[in-house]
Amino acid sequence: MQVVTANRLIDGRVVFRGADGGWVETIGAAVVLEEGAAAAAVAASAADVAARLIVEPYAIDVATEAAAIVPRTMRERIRASGPTAGSEAVALAALGRDA
Amino acid sequence: MYVYDAFDHRFVAARVAQFRDQVNRRLSGELTEEQFRPLRLMNGVYLQLHAYMLRVAIPYGTLSSRQMRRLAHIARVWDKGYGHFTTRQNIQFNWPKLEAIPDILEALADVEMHAIQTSGNCIRNVTADHFAGADPDEVADPRPYAEILRQWSSLHPEFTYLPRKFKIAVTGAAADRAAIRFHDIGLVVVRNAAGEIGFEVHVGGGMGRTPFVAWKLKDFLPQADLLSYVEAILRVYNLYGRRDNKYKARIKILLHEAGLDKIRAEVEAEWAEIRDGALKLAPADVAAIAAQFAPPVFAERVPESAIEAAASAADAGFARWVASNVRPHRVAGHASVTISLKPIGGVPGDATAEQMEAVATLADAHGFGEIRVSHRQNLILPHVARDDLPALYAGLVAAGLATANAGLITDTITCPGLDFCALANARSIPIAQEISTRLGDAARQAEIGPLEIKISGCINACGHHHVGHIGILGVDRKGREFYQITLGGSADEQAAIGDSAGPGFWPEEVPGAVETLVATYLALRSDPAETFLATYRRVGLAPFREALDHGAR
Ligand code: SF4
Repeated sequence: MQVVTANRLIDGRVVFRGADGGWVETIGAAVVLEEGAAAAAVAASAADVAARLIVEPYAIDVATEAAAIVPRTMRERIRASGPTAGSEAVALAALGRDA
Repeated sequence: MYVYDAFDHRFVAARVAQFRDQVNRRLSGELTEEQFRPLRLMNGVYLQLHAYMLRVAIPYGTLSSRQMRRLAHIARVWDKGYGHFTTRQNIQFNWPKLEAIPDILEALADVEMHAIQTSGNCIRNVTADHFAGADPDEVADPRPYAEILRQWSSLHPEFTYLPRKFKIAVTGAAADRAAIRFHDIGLVVVRNAAGEIGFEVHVGGGMGRTPFVAWKLKDFLPQADLLSYVEAILRVYNLYGRRDNKYKARIKILLHEAGLDKIRAEVEAEWAEIRDGALKLAPADVAAIAAQFAPPVFAERVPESAIEAAASAADAGFARWVASNVRPHRVAGHASVTISLKPIGGVPGDATAEQMEAVATLADAHGFGEIRVSHRQNLILPHVARDDLPALYAGLVAAGLATANAGLITDTITCPGLDFCALANARSIPIAQEISTRLGDAARQAEIGPLEIKISGCINACGHHHVGHIGILGVDRKGREFYQITLGGSADEQAAIGDSAGPGFWPEEVPGAVETLVATYLALRSDPAETFLATYRRVGLAPFREALDHGAR
């Protein structure tokens, strides 16, 4: 099973192709497709590249675990849910810490 | 500090306007992504995993407090409130929107900064010793030469499309703190027997997929010939460097394949043609640039500070911080201070907007407003009166910046890795955090002494793992993160590339493996003064490898 992902042109943020062909920010709202359908969805996404909504669409392998959509690779899990470390939250927390 | 002249201002402003137009044309559809990508890269804009990343040059790692405040402002307004200092003395912002980047570049231009040549196959930001101008053993401040090279290399029409990127580092001291032997060109400012200033020229060093320690191309290059000789090297590289294979395109491969003698002969022949041409440096021109780096006017101080001594006696934390983060200065009664960006368990190299502002304020109060960025991902106040150290320390404590670990085991170099980087195989930051948390106890760190851990999330080696006393490299093993360890690397004047310590480790095993290496070292060292690296050089790989094979899992 696959979902189609890309980065949004204007701000670079990670997006996923939703059921209506629009682009959503959370993988939970992505449409899960069989491989062939995913390839077709990638091809169809070319229109959104041309329309300057997204760049570099591609399909990723996912599993559905307890109704959640989970990418199979660490890279895509990190793309879907953000940095596991080094985020602004960590840096801000360090501010209050005693050295 | 170097101050932009009218030409510099016009040049950078024109570049911002040009990029604003390019972004507008991209957003309006006039430019495709394929057309736009090289243009954005020439302005330091990458598309990473989660967002665009903007890499801003900090030439030879020198920043004014005003510039630091501007970086804080950018972090707060256009990013998520922090920035990441890198091993190339740059700062990276991880979350800017494409549409906002022209405004960011304008804000940078206003304080004489830019992102030009922080990407692409051109001559990149010239780096230098972060203690330049302050080091007691320095022959001369390397930054005027770095600035001369920066001016020469900025938009150099002949070297904008080199076979691959090209990095130059300069140090003014024999003790190499700028890893010059791992740069495409590394320069050491030296004096000859007649007392004249010149350069020892190293070429072809590098890390990445095929690491090499640089070859020494010349023992003494007269100051006047700096640009013509460097231009000759670049010409030879531009002509013969491989363009057929990205992985063989750096000058190190050319040196390796053609041999030092052949390359030297080619460079000398080219140099003979241009040596007495327009690139000859007139002493007055060098002096004019050097004047911009004139040291501040230091007040006369006694060498030993009673105020510092009293604070050390009263506060063990302060004394510890002085021991690790404060080093001698060439002027009596002064010191250079390392502000660690490696809080225990924190993110190496990150600083929040508030921290950047705190550093700017402290630099104004205690350090003539001058700040440096080190390739070891820390900040430096190069010129601080020893009498001011207690007040500076208090300010750093308040800002969460007083970690006493410069040069110790938790002072890792760590690349962004798979948490941010589109090229990564594995995460770096969580590995560094876990090592730091496990080994962060102050007494433990002091017992271990100087030990440099360097972590890269892929073979590109932005985290300098090849030259880590302990190097950690993230690779992909059947779709999972996996880490290979090297030992005995060193980026200093006794440059060495680390030896592989075996097949590798899963992420959760890495901190334990590091602890095993540390325990092995402590058991093997001849006395507490023998560092990890010295012990490794004495006993070799075998006992460490054996300990890893038996102990780590
Ligand atoms: S070493 Fe690799 S993973 Fe780390 S920042 Fe460089 S390219 Fe990215």
